[in-house]
Amino acid sequence: MSFLSNIFARRQQSSSVAKDRLQILLAHERSAGGEAGESDLIRQLHKEIMEVIARHVAVDQDKVQIKVDRGSGCSMLEIDVEVPQELSGKRVS
Amino acid sequence: MAKVLVVTSGKGGVGKTTSTAALGAALAQSGQNVVVVDFDVGLRNLDLVMGAERRVVFDLINVVQGDARLSQALIRDKRCETLSILPASQTRDKDALTSEGVARVMDELREKFDWVICDSPAGIERGAQLAMYHADTAVIVTNPEVSSVRDSDRIIGLLDSKTKKAEQGEKVDKHLLLTRYDPARAARKEMLSVEDVLEILSIPLLGIVPESEDVLKSSNVGAPVTLAAPTSLPARAYFEAARRLSGEKLEVSVPVEKRGFFDWLFKRDA
Repeated sequence: MSFLSNIFARRQQSSSVAKDRLQILLAHERSAGGEAGESDLIRQLHKEIMEVIARHVAVDQDKVQIKVDRGSGCSMLEIDVEVPQELSGKRVS
Repeated sequence: MAKVLVVTSGKGGVGKTTSTAALGAALAQSGQNVVVVDFDVGLRNLDLVMGAERRVVFDLINVVQGDARLSQALIRDKRCETLSILPASQTRDKDALTSEGVARVMDELREKFDWVICDSPAGIERGAQLAMYHADTAVIVTNPEVSSVRDSDRIIGLLDSKTKKAEQGEKVDKHLLLTRYDPARAARKEMLSVEDVLEILSIPLLGIVPESEDVLKSSNVGAPVTLAAPTSLPARAYFEAARRLSGEKLEVSVPVEKRGFFDWLFKRDA
């Protein structure tokens, strides 16, 4: 039986399970981060960007999203700021 | 121009010390002046792996604290005269290393040697961060195994943020050294392949060191594998990695044993 199931079942290979698990885990860890490394950078950036924005506009803490994506050629820093509705049309001098 | 290289991994037991010794000896055999520095304070082992354990008088902490001169602490390898070792302390703890003291010693080493190779302790704490802080180049030792790959990713993050180069807005050159690799198991999809690990970590590949009995045999007798068994597969991988570090462009290949019929018949060798 096990001989036959080995032939016909074609179970997923363990190395591809490992790769998938790692890719999901690391995508999460790279953006959320622990207490060291890039997360430090992200926290610092978040704080300073908030300070700059707060000088001009009142923005909610969680309306500012910062992510770092590490690619092979370059890394991408993604900063996403959601500005309140009433200001988006206005020009800030 | 001296180069400071850190051999690091996050995870313990993946082959940092073995790789430090092997790469150091390989670079030294090409005629360059090399020092290998043990940063694993309290758990020193580089001296033992290199067969210098009975010649340690002063150590890194003594030099950092000014109790000994650098020249008193350096041990010259008996087999290769361009290779020196700076051992860690076995009795003190890592808090005895000050950032200023380490910076002063690294400057002094840069003047004396072509390569300063720092063997990092495991982990991501202060000891590991001190070992990587002055690095121009990093070798990240990784096993094709989930926990090692995850920890390497973490270390790459630290190299990009917690080093002197990162603070100055520059980049540490990062290289992946895949160790304990078993091509047959990777082919059977029982082990992460070279391509898998490269895709996940996305840093350039420095070399693939196959799982081999020669590594343990060499450490048993206290010699880097590139000195004890220079024709073995792992030694060849380390020699090629050393040439790449020196700037040569060499294709990385998966090392396989070419065995003749009689080798195959009488499989054991010494």
